[in-house]
Amino acid sequence: MLSYIAKRLAMAIPTLLIVITASFFLMRVAPGGPFDGERQLPPEIEANLMAAYHLDEPLPMQYLRYMGNLFQGDFGPSFKYKDFSVTDLIAQGFPVSLELGGLAIALALLLGIPMGVMAALKRNSTVDYLLMGTALGGIAVPNFVIAPLMALFFGVILGWLPVGGWNGGALPNLVLPVVALAIQQIAYIARMMRASMIEVLGSHFIRTARAKGLNERQVIWRHALRPAMLPVLSYLGPAIAGIITGSVVIEQIFGLPGIGRYFVQGALNRDYTLVMGTVVFYGVLIVLMNLIVDLLYSLFDPQIRYDD
Amino acid sequence: MLSIRSLLSALALSSALFTPQLYAQTLNIGIIGEPASLDTSQVSGGVWEADVLMDFFEGLITKDPEGHRIPGVATSWDISDDGMTYTFHLRDDAKWSDGKPVTAKDFVFGWQHMLDPASASKYAYMLYPVKNAEAVNTGKIPADQLGVESLDDGKTFRVTLKEPAPYFLGILTHYTAYPVPKHVFDQYGQQWTQMDHIQTNGAYKPTRWVSHDHISAEKNPEFHDAANVAIDTVNYYPTEDRNAGISRFRAGELDVMREYTSDRYQWLKENLPDATHMSPFLGSYYYVLNHRDGHPTADIRVREALNLAVRRDVMSKQIMDNTFLPATALVPPGTNHYETQHMTLDGDDMNARMAKAKNLMQAAGYGPDKPLNLRLRYNSSDEHKKIAVALAAMWKPLGVNVQMINSEATVHYQAIQNGDFDVARAGWVADYDDAENFLTLLHTGVGNNYGAWSNPEYDRLLDQANITLDEDKRAGLMQQAEQVALGDYALIPLLTYVTRNLVNPELQGWEDNVQDDHPSRWVSFKK
Repeated sequence: MLSYIAKRLAMAIPTLLIVITASFFLMRVAPGGPFDGERQLPPEIEANLMAAYHLDEPLPMQYLRYMGNLFQGDFGPSFKYKDFSVTDLIAQGFPVSLELGGLAIALALLLGIPMGVMAALKRNSTVDYLLMGTALGGIAVPNFVIAPLMALFFGVILGWLPVGGWNGGALPNLVLPVVALAIQQIAYIARMMRASMIEVLGSHFIRTARAKGLNERQVIWRHALRPAMLPVLSYLGPAIAGIITGSVVIEQIFGLPGIGRYFVQGALNRDYTLVMGTVVFYGVLIVLMNLIVDLLYSLFDPQIRYDD
Repeated sequence: MLSIRSLLSALALSSALFTPQLYAQTLNIGIIGEPASLDTSQVSGGVWEADVLMDFFEGLITKDPEGHRIPGVATSWDISDDGMTYTFHLRDDAKWSDGKPVTAKDFVFGWQHMLDPASASKYAYMLYPVKNAEAVNTGKIPADQLGVESLDDGKTFRVTLKEPAPYFLGILTHYTAYPVPKHVFDQYGQQWTQMDHIQTNGAYKPTRWVSHDHISAEKNPEFHDAANVAIDTVNYYPTEDRNAGISRFRAGELDVMREYTSDRYQWLKENLPDATHMSPFLGSYYYVLNHRDGHPTADIRVREALNLAVRRDVMSKQIMDNTFLPATALVPPGTNHYETQHMTLDGDDMNARMAKAKNLMQAAGYGPDKPLNLRLRYNSSDEHKKIAVALAAMWKPLGVNVQMINSEATVHYQAIQNGDFDVARAGWVADYDDAENFLTLLHTGVGNNYGAWSNPEYDRLLDQANITLDEDKRAGLMQQAEQVALGDYALIPLLTYVTRNLVNPELQGWEDNVQDDHPSRWVSFKK
C-alpha cells in the first residue's frame, strides 16, 4: 500500500511539471499584458513596472526564476492585489472554498445517494419519475439562475437568511451558497446512483444472494450498495477537487472570499503569478483526490487490492 | 422587596451598559471591486480604491460633501506670482492615528515614494507637473532632487513646479498626493499597510481586511475633525456582482451600493425611489476615430458623416434608458470653470443631417457600389455591446458595413493602443475636476490619444493654456482648443456618464456630486 502511494506520488511530479510549464507559456501567449488598461501608461512607468516584476527578462529566464521560487514554496507576489502574496490569497481563500465545497459535497451525498437508490428500487414508478425529474431539473437549471432566485426569495422577500457575505463562516451565511452549490451535485449523484444500482441489481451475485434466501434489505445493504457506489466514487475525485477550489459564480453572487474567482480574475487581469498559483494548487489537489479515490476503491471493491 | 429592588437596579445597570451601543453607527458600503492595495503608490486606479483611500488618508486639500475643494492637512497656501511655487501651511492638529504629528516630511516622503522607480506606481505620472518628477521616476536622478521640501520644522510644505500648472490644486485632492507615514514606513518598509502596522491621517483607520470579503475601519480618534465624525465603523464590501449588490441593499445589508447597473435603473426608480440616486458625472463615453494613414476615418468627410448620423438623443433615452446623457463634446458639462462646447451637427433635423452625411460619403468616394467597411472595436460588456450595435444601425443608411470586434478589456486596449481599428469604444473619467484632464487625450504624442489625432493649433492652444494663470483666459484657450478638435471631427463624442448609487434614505450628508466622491466623515444616520 505504502509503496503504491509513493509510486503514484512520484508519477505525479512529471505530470505537474508539464502542467506548470504548459500553463506558464500558454499564459504568455495570451494577447495583452498585466499592465494594459484603459489608461495607457507612459513608457517610463511601464518600464518601471516590467522591471519590478522581472518581465523585462527573456521568457526562459523568467521561467527558470519562477520554477526556482516555486520549489522554495514561493508563489510570488500578485500583480494585481499588491498587499497580499499569492500564497496569502490562497491561504485566505482556500479554507472558505473548502468549507463551502465540503458541506456542499456532504449534502449532495446525503441526499443524492438515497434518492438514486430509491429511484432504482422503485424503477419506472411515480416515485422514480418524480425523483429523476427533479434531478434533471437540478442539472438543467444553472446555478447562476438558481442562486440569485434563492437570494431574492429567502433573503430579500422572506428576510430569513443573509443575501450575501461570509461573516466569518456563520451558519446563516452558509445555507444559501451551500445549497446552491449542492443542487447540481445532488442531481448528478442521484442519476449516477440510480443507473449503477439498477445495473448491480441485475448482476449474478445479487441473484445468488437472493437465491440464498436473504431478504431484500440484506441484499441491498450488504451486497448491492457498495459496488453500486463505485461510479459515484470515481466521479467524486475530480468533483471534490473542482468544488472545493471554489465556484466563481457562487462566490460572486454571494460575495464570498473563496479562491474560485482567482482563476477567472487572474486570467482576465493577466495576473500571471496568481493564475500560476491557482493552477499549481488545483493540479496538486486533483492528483491527491484521484489518489485518495483509487485507495478508497479497495474498500468498496473486493477485487481491488494494493498489496506490496 | 429587596430582591425586587436589586432586580430593578440590575436591569438599570444592564440597560446603562448597553445604551451606548445603540448609538454606535455602522455604515456598510458596497464598493465595486477589491482594492489592489492601501499603499497609494500600488493601487490599480479603480474608483473603488479612491472610495476607501479617501476615508483613510487626507491630502493637503480635501473635499466637502458636495465635492468642493476645502483645506485638508493644509490650512492655507500661497502661490508665487509666476505660478511655479506653492507653499502650504500645515495645520497644528494634524496627527497620524498613533498620535504622531503629520508633517511636511510625510508629504515629501509620500511623493518621493510615489515617484520611486522601485515603487513602479501606475499613477506616478499624476505628479509629473512637479519639478524633476519625471526624471526621478525614470531613475535618472535621485529622489531627493524632487521639487518638494519640508520647511519650518515640518510645518510648511513647499512644491516647485516644472512649469506653471493651473490645475495643480485639483491634483492635490487625488490620492497620489496623499502623505505616507514615514515613521511607519521606516519601520516596516513595503509591509507598512499590513493591518498591524498601518497608521492613517484620515477620518478612519482600517482594522481588518479579508481579501474579497470586506475591509473594516474604525473612526480615527486622532483625526483633527473627529468630533464631527458621526459614523463609528465603516465596512467596505467588494461587490462585483452588482445585481447581487442590489439584493443586499434591499435586504438592508448595505447602506450604500455604488454604481448599480444601468439596466436596473427604471425598476429601481419605481420601486426604491427614495434610495435611487442618479446625477451627472465627470466622465465621457466616446468613440475614437483612427487618424493613421490608410484608415477611412483619416478622411474628415467620413468623420463628419459618421458624427452626423449618430442620434445621441436616441442613444441616451431609448438605448440606455436615460442612464447616460447625450454628449456633443469631449469635456463633460459641470467641469470646473469651463463652458461646455458643442460639435456642429446642423440641428436636430435628422433628414437634413442624413442627406448631408450621404453627400459627404459620396464626396469621399463611397456609395452603393463601394460601401465603407469599418472595423469597430469595443470591450465586452452588455452596455458597450448595445451602444456598438446601435451605432452600426445608425450608420447603415450611409452604406457603412460595420465589422464588430469585441474583446476583453486587456486585449481591447492593447489593440487600440496599437492602432488596430477604424472606430473604437473608449471612455474617460476625470482624475481631477479640470478640462485639461480630458483635453490632454487629444494632444499629439500622448499615450491615451488612441486615434493618433494631431493638430499643431490644438497643441499650441493647450500648451498655452497650461501655462496661463488667469483662470478666465485659460478657460478661453481650452475652449478654443476643444473647438478646433470638434471642428475637425477628431472623435465621436457620444454620451456623458452619470453617477448611479443606491443610498439608504436614513443617511444624511451623502450628496450627489460630479466626481462621485463621498467621504464617510460627512455621513450620518438621521435621528
